[in-house]
Amino acid sequence: MEIPDVKEKWTSRINTVTIGATKEQGGTRGKTVTVGGATTFPFLTFEGELPNKTVIAGFISDIAPDWPEQITKAIGGEINSPAEWAQKNVEEYGVDLISIKMLGAEPAGKDASPSECAKVIETVLKAVDVPLIIWGCGDDEKDNHVLPECSEACKGENCVIGSAKESNYMTIVAICKADKHKIISEAPVDINIGKQVNILLQDADYDLKDVIMFQTTAALGYGYDYVYTIIERCRNAGLKGDELMAAPQICDVAGETYRVKEAVADDDILPGWGKLEKRGPMWEAACAEGYMHAGADILIMAHPDAIKSVQKTI
Amino acid sequence: MIMIGERINAGFKDIKNAIVNKDGDVIKKWARKQADAKASYIDVNLGAASNKPEDLCWMIEMIQEEVDTPISIDNNRPRMLTEAMKVCKKPPLVNSTTAVEEKMNELFPIVAEHGASIIGLVMDEAGSPATADKRVENAAKIIEKAMEFGLSPDQIFLDPIIMPLKFMQEQSKEILSAANQFQLFSDPPCHIVCGLTNISSGAKHKGLINRVFLTMLIANGCDTAIMNVLDDELINAILTAELIMNRQIYADSYTEAFRKK
Repeated sequence: MEIPDVKEKWTSRINTVTIGATKEQGGTRGKTVTVGGATTFPFLTFEGELPNKTVIAGFISDIAPDWPEQITKAIGGEINSPAEWAQKNVEEYGVDLISIKMLGAEPAGKDASPSECAKVIETVLKAVDVPLIIWGCGDDEKDNHVLPECSEACKGENCVIGSAKESNYMTIVAICKADKHKIISEAPVDINIGKQVNILLQDADYDLKDVIMFQTTAALGYGYDYVYTIIERCRNAGLKGDELMAAPQICDVAGETYRVKEAVADDDILPGWGKLEKRGPMWEAACAEGYMHAGADILIMAHPDAIKSVQKTI
Repeated sequence: MIMIGERINAGFKDIKNAIVNKDGDVIKKWARKQADAKASYIDVNLGAASNKPEDLCWMIEMIQEEVDTPISIDNNRPRMLTEAMKVCKKPPLVNSTTAVEEKMNELFPIVAEHGASIIGLVMDEAGSPATADKRVENAAKIIEKAMEFGLSPDQIFLDPIIMPLKFMQEQSKEILSAANQFQLFSDPPCHIVCGLTNISSGAKHKGLINRVFLTMLIANGCDTAIMNVLDDELINAILTAELIMNRQIYADSYTEAFRKK
């Protein structure tokens, strides 16, 4: 019996986005990182081209994140210094780029000033030579002050700035155009808003070929299911010729994993679930690999064991 | 939706005059307008203005000087097609063959040779079919023959043959039913195309009838239309129907986004 040919014929290609700028390109990075360019779904090498593998961005933040000790211990004391943490990521874990979140800018927390945040960016730029992804603290109003200063601090470095939403996209477009950065377009686990944000960016004259999509990230249950499906549908639409959905996609795996009770509570609280120091990184790795199958191009990760495991799969 | 711009047709006086007087600017103007409106193909129809291959080639060349949209060659004479194919910069769409054996044997080899596509009108020696069943039967003949010549489903555009609503009201239901069944021939299915404006021929509310009928056709698998691509309301109806059929992902600004370059 003849085996039927099940290959899908895709008509389009996911956009290719290069992050970082070397000296010749007006920056100071030692290398650039390129994602996207696929003409099929991940791993289906028999069906199309997958010119750029999924990359791992090492998670760092300006102040140490509120993660359980079992997890932070594996990273070490460097977690308290963004520069050292970035170096450890690059030198020891071998990540492709660094993703920094300005957790300290949170108004209800340390409320770090925009200039303090910009200084952190300068230090990290000096400490490592890989490209950067820069996030605010998540508070739109504060980020509208924080991100412009951070963006200016890395002008010409071709970083990725996160994130543009329906509420704040004008500011992000303005700074990214002025300082020549890429944009993360964000939607709250909603494919329709995802598309709408991209339309808005396009209307604001920002080239969609410089956009990376972020459907937030979830690490458990329905949320995971939704995000997985959305990433898959975005990729599907992009491959079918929907130019508004052809951007590469990013997942904040570390940031979300260590917000889930099942990945932060030890077995004294969850008896029978096993030791957290092992369960945490396993959770993070499983989450990352799942999203990689769905079509994620950049995975933000933190735990060295999780990173090692996912690097093996890549 | 694959939209074939119908305006460069010698049935329109300005086009006829342009062909007779070799006025390339008129052809270019309509090519530009339709390309800007996002036509997927630009149909070229010589009508009764001429039967010379060089005139057809001249029209195609004029269009290609202005835009890079692929051409739909509205002609079924092998001699004309062979010449026209040579000047097309991108694989064209041939408009059209019928399910008549002899016609298919003449046209399919030309289409296959150039990697082009072709519209198959589901009519045979007996003329236009009156029922859905007859349409499906003729469509099957076209598909079978096309396969013999090595054409793949995406090179075939089945046309269920649209009849004027006003004069043949009983036909519309048959057409919709036929289109629906065309989807079952292969997976992925062939394209399903319609010469839309026929439906409103002679009627007073042409725009409205076109919009509603195309929407219903889309619901029955139609993915291609020979149409007035400059009709904004029609385009909006298409965009909406495609969302309803889950062929595109919804976004609040979906109509604006389509028009944005």
